[in-house]
Amino acid sequence: MPSNEEVFGKVQEALVDALGVEDDEVTPEATLVGDLGAESIDFLDIVFKLEKAFNITIPREELFPDDILATTTYIQDGKLNAEGLAKLKERMPFADLTKFESDPRVQDFGNLLTVQDLVNYVCTKVA
Amino acid sequence: MRWFWIDRFTEFVSGKHAKAVKAVSLAEEAVDEYAPGATYLPASLLIEGTAQCGGLLVAQLSDFRNRTVLAKVGNVTFHQQAYPGSVVAFDVQITSVQPNGAFVSAQLTCNDKPLAELDLMFAFLTDDRFDDVTLFEPAALLRMCRLMRMFEVGKYEDGTPLKIPQYMLDAEKAELSV
Repeated sequence: MPSNEEVFGKVQEALVDALGVEDDEVTPEATLVGDLGAESIDFLDIVFKLEKAFNITIPREELFPDDILATTTYIQDGKLNAEGLAKLKERMPFADLTKFESDPRVQDFGNLLTVQDLVNYVCTKVA
Repeated sequence: MRWFWIDRFTEFVSGKHAKAVKAVSLAEEAVDEYAPGATYLPASLLIEGTAQCGGLLVAQLSDFRNRTVLAKVGNVTFHQQAYPGSVVAFDVQITSVQPNGAFVSAQLTCNDKPLAELDLMFAFLTDDRFDDVTLFEPAALLRMCRLMRMFEVGKYEDGTPLKIPQYMLDAEKAELSV
């Protein structure tokens, strides 16, 4: 099983390649959308590069839970309700949702994922 | 100007790879006018040719129903320029097909010498937002594929000839009967 550093190195390489950013911009705390400028089309590329680098399969809904975020029973006034948050936590145990939980506006979800979240996710797949 | 940046397919194996060629001519505006005094086929149009070759290869997997668009160009290296009178050969392989897009790798040669290597990513515009969008009329797309000799050389992996989707034949028939 690769170490956290090894996983980080390969994730960093995939992000540098997919997003055209510099190595030193890809820090564990960096958010993919806000800090690294990832657009929706880039996620397809990132998933492909991670699958190739780690020889894993990444079902889209594990990293991008659009189904939860688009289910009206989980949303009230543009925010995810307690049931929705519980579903999200269950789906994304690798992501730090603390900040999002304090103000779970669906429109902010896109900027939630960090590089460290991706590393944590990959670690669960290669374990 | 017609937007064809490959002249014809020379190999086409469904879901695997395609090869195509293009003869670079001084008669082409882009070759003559892109850099006055220096005549060559611009690199951007070599990428477009690769995208036409790879895009059709990928689109064929869905009988051309997925709206396949070029989304990203990566890892591009050019070694030389393609001057008038030379023949560019495209060799494109599918590296991955996903539900919402596909990836290809390509190697280009010019008069049998390395010209370029690149990777392309295509996205499928298949979600509800694009329900009313038609990128190509079926009859026009079939005409283009025929012009590029796709169905003359096209095969499935088992060696059987590539079939033209019935809906495209129907569209062609309807157009010709007007």
